[in-house]
Amino acid sequence: MVVLPILWTVVIAFQDLRLRNLRTRLFDFQFTLDNFETVLTSPGFLSALRVTLIYSIVGTALSIALGLVAALVVRKPFRGRTFVRASMLLPYVAPVVAVTFVWQIMLSPELGVVNAVGTDVLGWSEAIPFLEQRNGTLNLFGFSLGVPTALIVVILYQAWRYFPFSFLFILARLQALPGELDEAARVDGATPLQRFWRITLPQLQGVIALLTVLRFIWTFNEFDDIYLLTQGGAGTEVVSVRVFNYLTGRGDIGAAAALSLVLALLLVVLLFFYFRFFVGRVDEADAI
Amino acid sequence: MSRTDVDTGVADRPQAAEPARRPARRPRPPLSREIVETRILGVLKWITIAFFLVATLFPFYYMVELSIRSIEDVALDPGALWPPRGASLSAFGEVLRSVEDGGQGFLVFLRNSGLVALASVAVTLVVSILGAYAIARLQFFGRRQVHFLFLAVYLFPAILLAIPLFVFFTRIGLRGSLFGLVLVYVSQIVPVTIHMLRNYFESIPEGLEEAAALDGAGRLTIIRRISLPLAMPAIMATSLFVFMIAWNEFLFALLFLVENRENWTVSLGLSQLAGSVEVAKTTLMAGSVILTVPIIVLFFATERLLVEGLTAGAEKG
Repeated sequence: MVVLPILWTVVIAFQDLRLRNLRTRLFDFQFTLDNFETVLTSPGFLSALRVTLIYSIVGTALSIALGLVAALVVRKPFRGRTFVRASMLLPYVAPVVAVTFVWQIMLSPELGVVNAVGTDVLGWSEAIPFLEQRNGTLNLFGFSLGVPTALIVVILYQAWRYFPFSFLFILARLQALPGELDEAARVDGATPLQRFWRITLPQLQGVIALLTVLRFIWTFNEFDDIYLLTQGGAGTEVVSVRVFNYLTGRGDIGAAAALSLVLALLLVVLLFFYFRFFVGRVDEADAI
Repeated sequence: MSRTDVDTGVADRPQAAEPARRPARRPRPPLSREIVETRILGVLKWITIAFFLVATLFPFYYMVELSIRSIEDVALDPGALWPPRGASLSAFGEVLRSVEDGGQGFLVFLRNSGLVALASVAVTLVVSILGAYAIARLQFFGRRQVHFLFLAVYLFPAILLAIPLFVFFTRIGLRGSLFGLVLVYVSQIVPVTIHMLRNYFESIPEGLEEAAALDGAGRLTIIRRISLPLAMPAIMATSLFVFMIAWNEFLFALLFLVENRENWTVSLGLSQLAGSVEVAKTTLMAGSVILTVPIIVLFFATERLLVEGLTAGAEKG
């Protein structure tokens, strides 16, 4: 059920298969490279690729960094810790459709609380359409800075929704760390920050490397969140949204399959380089 | 904080400046870096916890708050975070009523989601318990490779798997049926659940099963009477995990069910609702609450179990 569909996708990618000729063409094995030509040369492919890369790299880094901070602050027991921990997992367990809609309304120019606070309290001159604006300008201390508003918002959303995953795994690892090392360093006069950088963080290296791989893979393939937030508009079209549009919008199954293969291949190449140059411990994958 | 901006204590002080007075009064210990950092971090910790709590809880509070306000009220005063004026549950009524009664028919969607999620749990459990047991206990050719193959499923985008399934189900006419959707969910989740359960089965001492075998129990009896009861925590965690995934899932529901309204799940129904202009945003939020509440209740009720089940083995690092 898993291997077969993948192989079949490969076959479809080389077929001229559309929704309307599905009945007649499915077993017509005349292979062609047209699909690849279509998707690779179509306008917007390169920009989708760029957006996907930015989204995955920044999103992965942010969600892991947030997860690390969150895990560190709830590491030691305190009153209400169970509640805090459970709350921090909420964005991850809540249904994607519901949370994307809340974000949409929260950020909406007419109804959203963010723009209401922004214009009433913070003195913005006008409401910002966070999810519809491709390029905004940020005025900071007299400098104007062009920023891809929607893309930034989508990345922040992704960090918010997926930091709990990193949080969970880093916390589990933190609590399994032997206390002696930290204690010894404390006796030797290492301050809390020194102990974090020199003792704790190195011991978390393994789990962070593993999380980097997993989160990168999942963010790279991410579809639901972006599709629901922006439908891929305003400069947030990632490759998987394009695949979906080929499949349902144009009914071009062959092109959709070809593009999704390109996406998967690219991921394999990127992971190869990651393992080659950054990680020596591939066996971490066993830990999950 | 860099190394230099904190007073590092006695050692760095210019001793020559006041050599005479020092031995005279000793009682006040120098403000060491240890103390400064501990205090600052102690304060920062609570600020950070407060920040995370607000960031994670606020959207959910906001969702509930909007669902009980009227859309006119929201349009007038979008920044109001406390709903004293005209709070009502009418949006929920509209969402839940059937289409014939002028509502959105979410009761049917709830039933569909529930059916799909429960069926997915049941089928996944049967398949993955047998599969995980086989991989953990039985010797067969390619045992290690199977394990790797299962993890490879992580690598591929859901949309890549969706294409052939879309073609296949369109072809055999299962597209649009809840049964087809369950089949898809199970095939997506099984690799992961087999992996989770396998880890657990392997941690059960083989001696127990051998003892049962010596007493004349067959393989199936052993699984049923020995292994399953022992693996119950992992099985519960797995079931919850599957239930949540199936309940929350969106992409496949969208691809397979969209043309068939009476089979929509809550997620799909909600997303389709968002597309139509005449539905008020507050109604949308009521739908979101309906979609979210079962999951959150389930999650808070079983949080400990779920967390331990999901991260079991992660500590090995």
